[in-house]
Amino acid sequence: MINMWGPEMAPQTPQRSAPPGEAGARLDVSRREFMVGAAGLTFGVLLPGCARVATTESPSASLATTAGNATAFSPWVSIATDGTIYIQSPAVEMGQGSLTSLPLIVAEELDADWSKVRIVPAPPNDKLYGNPGFGGLMYTAGSNAVRSYYQPLRIFGAQVRRVLLDNAARRWSVPVSELTTQPSVVVHAKSGRRLGYGEIAAFAEIPARAPEVKPEELKKPGQFRLIGKDVMRVDLPGKVNGTAQYSIDVQVPGMAYGAILRSPVESSAPVRIDDAAARAVPGVLRVVRLPYGVGVVAETPWAAFAAKDALTVTWDRSAAGWGFDSEVALARYAAAARDLATAGKPWDRAGDVAAAMGKAATVIEAEYRSDYAYHAQMEPLNSVASVSSAGDSCEIWVGSQGQTMAVAAVAKALGIPPDKVRLNNLLLGGGFGRRGHRDEEFVIDSVLLSKEVRRPVKLMWTREDDVRNGRFRPLSAHFLRAGLDGSGRIVAWQHRLACDWVTPFMDPVRFKGVFKEVDLIAVLGTEIRSYDVPNRLAEQLGQQTGMRTSPLRGIGFVANKFATEAFLDEIAERRSMDPVELRLELLKNDARGQAVVKAAVEMADYRRPRPGRSLGFAFVDYSNTMVAGVAEVAVDRASGRLQVHNFWCAIDPGVAVQPDNVVAQTEGSIVYGLGMALTERITVKGGVVQQSNFYDYQVPRMRDVPEMHVRVIATSNPPSGVGQMATPLVAPAIASAVHAATRARLRHTPFLPERVMAALKA
Amino acid sequence: MAVDFRVNGRAVDVDVPNGTRLLWVLREHLKLTGTKYGCGAAQCGACLVHIDGQPAFSCQTPIEAVGGRTVTTIEGLSRDGSHPLQRAWIAERVPQCGYCQSGQIMNAAALLARNPRPTRAQIVEQMSANICRCGTYQRIVRAIERAVREG
Repeated sequence: MINMWGPEMAPQTPQRSAPPGEAGARLDVSRREFMVGAAGLTFGVLLPGCARVATTESPSASLATTAGNATAFSPWVSIATDGTIYIQSPAVEMGQGSLTSLPLIVAEELDADWSKVRIVPAPPNDKLYGNPGFGGLMYTAGSNAVRSYYQPLRIFGAQVRRVLLDNAARRWSVPVSELTTQPSVVVHAKSGRRLGYGEIAAFAEIPARAPEVKPEELKKPGQFRLIGKDVMRVDLPGKVNGTAQYSIDVQVPGMAYGAILRSPVESSAPVRIDDAAARAVPGVLRVVRLPYGVGVVAETPWAAFAAKDALTVTWDRSAAGWGFDSEVALARYAAAARDLATAGKPWDRAGDVAAAMGKAATVIEAEYRSDYAYHAQMEPLNSVASVSSAGDSCEIWVGSQGQTMAVAAVAKALGIPPDKVRLNNLLLGGGFGRRGHRDEEFVIDSVLLSKEVRRPVKLMWTREDDVRNGRFRPLSAHFLRAGLDGSGRIVAWQHRLACDWVTPFMDPVRFKGVFKEVDLIAVLGTEIRSYDVPNRLAEQLGQQTGMRTSPLRGIGFVANKFATEAFLDEIAERRSMDPVELRLELLKNDARGQAVVKAAVEMADYRRPRPGRSLGFAFVDYSNTMVAGVAEVAVDRASGRLQVHNFWCAIDPGVAVQPDNVVAQTEGSIVYGLGMALTERITVKGGVVQQSNFYDYQVPRMRDVPEMHVRVIATSNPPSGVGQMATPLVAPAIASAVHAATRARLRHTPFLPERVMAALKA
Repeated sequence: MAVDFRVNGRAVDVDVPNGTRLLWVLREHLKLTGTKYGCGAAQCGACLVHIDGQPAFSCQTPIEAVGGRTVTTIEGLSRDGSHPLQRAWIAERVPQCGYCQSGQIMNAAALLARNPRPTRAQIVEQMSANICRCGTYQRIVRAIERAVREG
């Protein structure tokens, strides 16, 4: 658990800060940063070059530009005498909205006037700002920011409010019990006196230990002024006028440009480099041999890209991935999944599957497959680094999902202490899991080149680099078995998942540590805990392939829930049952699950037939968020093309901190799921990725997207995440609809037209 | 080679090799970073700007092609973010990561300049040139329709 306000963290007034690693503290105006504490504990780092954003709705908070002379009430909150309230946001912003929603939670319990709030991206410090849901790591992923920070941030906000109240009580010599707050004001109703938070900041005494606030002292939902009220996201204004800054936009004095030709296969070094043509490109400064590729540094981006394209490199061929063929491999995975003699690594387990399966009246089996998929975040990977001429310190400008991981990776690459690495984490042009690998390879790229040329380097991956050196949602084969008793009830369930290992590649530290060597990124979603099935076994048959793999929006849920839900659709058919009725039977012990199923059915007017189109259904429970969806699909039997015309989705995320943002995230999740369901497919031959750009890796465009109808069923349960929960619904709902129209079973995502045609003929 | 043109009402002259793409000149030379690099292949529209009022993929436009012409980027669409589309984009809370939105807004602005009252189908046709990986398409449609309504 994180200690946010231990004695050693006693907050003090911000003082002048020191450069990284130097003792003492002083303000560095050029970096617009301020520090607190004798130990040089970084208290606040402000987004560089981030203009104060104009807001069109009032009241609203904005990103902070200047810290001013604010009193630090805690590592999370400081208040200036003019009433400006600075609140740290520990999550990075990649479109999901938590840059706003986390400070909003603090502000709610602080009873802050939101228009006076300035949001400050928290500096890299796991101890202070780490996500309890990730074992205290600053890591923005897994739809886990609001979910895991919600309760601690409420407490921290309430603690600061309590300090303000105590100070006012002392000043007025009245019992604190006679005081209340209105937004940013402490009120003594008896005497009619009022003190603004800024006024209190001018004389406040901050206790060395935070006052105790019990959960029952927090606001009741009926008292919320900010939570649930759709406050404007602070990053939006800059995103419509071109001023929002991503790392690719950063320019620093003396900067050169870099590009890297990476080995097509992981862990493969250059053997022979022919760089004559590359060096001949005007503006090229250096060609740099790297352990994993060949870098080019040039005066301009176009020179760097041209020189990279002019390189001829022979690679060491000893790495495992050379020769890998994804189509051949998938057949092998399928055989492994079907081979019941070989046990997999168990994940979800309940009862005795073997015994129950043996006694079942009927055993149904089916196999499902999913191809590699690519993140396609709109901002290609990039970073800017400036390594000092002595090589003993470094400043980086990045868009990483893990602030402290980026710092640690750079420190390791340079052999310097982490406090010699200065991080500027900017807005992310999409993340989707791509920017949170432990090795932070796209950050190290610029660091190694900058170290070599002793100049700041902006390193950019081209879109082709981003595809060919992608780290993918794994290739998977799923063998599912269900045992039914004489009445048709499912008494046994087995899900055998064969896929590339993911977590050991993307984050060996967490794999060995908090994950306890379970490949959670791959296996999550094979569990069916909401469904009433007494005997269950989900197991992974991890495949060592040398392929680069990654969490990708929806992680294992996307392929695993496709298999699970599509299989239930088949079981429903076997039982001559409507797929919805089967889900309601299985969810008989889960009222929240039933509620979203019924809502989606009602929204879609599910029983109404519609000519030329059919409906399909799916349900997913994802980290305690309940979602149900109905797809309305038209099948072109001549071409095998599928068009999804409507998609209805009901979601219960617990408390909806920003309800409209829940809708927006759910819409986005559906679009993302649509791409993986219909078109998105990476293939590998000879170890080499076959796709290059958006012309051969096709993501959904406006013309492909259905009308989306989202209903948020906010409940008083703790918030449980909204960033990707609807993504896994899409493929099984479409498959169900295609079956309803044609009796054909689609068992391999994406549902390419040729696969649909083959299923129609089967 | 030296090329003279106008950007957002300002005369500029740049000296870069022939064939250099307008995108990189805007971003790295002129520091107009609102225009984004997404694919370099006219596939995603993140780089979309106006050249003499017409939508153009700046990642495909050689710098010599804009000599003597007028380029408008997101920074020049309005002085203060008050273009009807920019206001509608906020009202409908369109952006998520935001990276593609400059190109989206510029393409929508080109559409409305040519066709002030587009049908839903015309919006979808024109805007299918742009990719939004966050999946904000439905809100983009709503924002364009709002801008048409509210002007």
